[in-house]
Amino acid sequence: MGELLAKEKEVVVPGQVLAKGMDFLPSHGTYRLGEEVIVNRLGVLSVEGKVLKTTPLAGRYIPKNDDIVIGKIFDILMSGWRLDIESAYSAMLPLKDASFDYIAKGSDLSKYFALDDYVVLKIVNVTSQNLVDVSAKGQGLRKLRGGRIIRVNSAKVPRIIGKKGSMVSLIKEATDCKIVVGQNGLVWLQGSPEMEVLAVKAIKMIEDLAHKQGLTQQVSDFLKGEKK
Amino acid sequence: MTFKRPSKRKNDEPRKIEAEVGVIKKADGSARFKIGDTEALAAVYGPRELHPRFLQDPKKGILRCSYSMMPFSGDGSRVRPGPSRRSKEISLVSEKALIPVLDLSDYPNTVVDVFIELPQTDAGSRCAGICAASMALADAGLVMKDMVAAISVGMVRDTLVVDLDGDEEHLDDNEAADIPIAMIPSTKEITLLQMDGIVSKKNLKKAIELVIPVLADIAQAQRNALLNRYNR
Repeated sequence: MGELLAKEKEVVVPGQVLAKGMDFLPSHGTYRLGEEVIVNRLGVLSVEGKVLKTTPLAGRYIPKNDDIVIGKIFDILMSGWRLDIESAYSAMLPLKDASFDYIAKGSDLSKYFALDDYVVLKIVNVTSQNLVDVSAKGQGLRKLRGGRIIRVNSAKVPRIIGKKGSMVSLIKEATDCKIVVGQNGLVWLQGSPEMEVLAVKAIKMIEDLAHKQGLTQQVSDFLKGEKK
Repeated sequence: MTFKRPSKRKNDEPRKIEAEVGVIKKADGSARFKIGDTEALAAVYGPRELHPRFLQDPKKGILRCSYSMMPFSGDGSRVRPGPSRRSKEISLVSEKALIPVLDLSDYPNTVVDVFIELPQTDAGSRCAGICAASMALADAGLVMKDMVAAISVGMVRDTLVVDLDGDEEHLDDNEAADIPIAMIPSTKEITLLQMDGIVSKKNLKKAIELVIPVLADIAQAQRNALLNRYNR
């Protein structure tokens, strides 16, 4: 019989032997070597029947279609803008996807998005060679004015958003800040200075404890404690 | 004729090891590996776009290592900063030692930069550097099939000893032979094997046998350091 050597939800590291025998199957973040299933990516283990996989705890953002991200303009071209999306690859925002307005050829593109502007974007296409196309047309997609940007690890974004946005709503309500969380790990916040600082603290706390359970309660207690 | 080690260690006993990850917050991954008085810091940035473009590989990402000793790190005679013949060589062999465990095929046209700095050295610095770099790469969340563990083994006065320190290396006018070895513990593949000095074929084989269990312990120390970051 096969033997499982680690527990569900445990942090596992590359080279660690997860299971012996042929009863378990490798998936994302694991591989088979002879009789053993071994981890090849730092993450949290999840066991789904016979399948062993890991959810990453670190690493750069990997662009996926339909993700909402925050990007920073670093180049203006003839045909659009290039944005840094904190991934291994930069993103391209073509003219036609930049605005609902008609942008005439040859007009001054920095009127729409200037260098160093932060923009909320949606990823529309990722090619096999990782060329990333984004759009700024759509609900909630816009240039960000004022507020502040912080960086968190993109692997921890799902915890910051929470189930159906529960965690981020909690922070929004407690601090009265506007918050936009990009899947790429850039977070924009705007509110009163004290509350912005508090929201940043809460987000950093989630980032540090992302692999732990019972986080919503802990964050809620933290926010209550700080506001007193 | 039995050789007594100046540090009173057993022949197969490495120096005391300290390992931790996440020491450089701004990097994508980082680690510190200290063995005796040799200490290495490693920081990983990337995968990120690679320029100039002609260096890009459209099939997979590339790894770029840079090894450097800090000016005050040696015996007190200032190590001149910047690339030297020695540091270029060690950067190259570190890269070759680490690339077999890494899978960068998901990141074509990119580079992963590894910076290894040594604040303090007392022999075995390339091994410490490789150990630190391997932890930093894992900390950066890259796909790697195992850690890379490295240590030196040597022949001092006809005795095989593991993890030479500076005193042993410099004994009898640097007569000692020094063999740094890096290995992938799960498959026992050797990814670095250099030799400075004269060792017979028989003894080289013995030397490799001698370090296998030590390298397994080092790999475990590296993994524990990664776990400690999250289980605190």
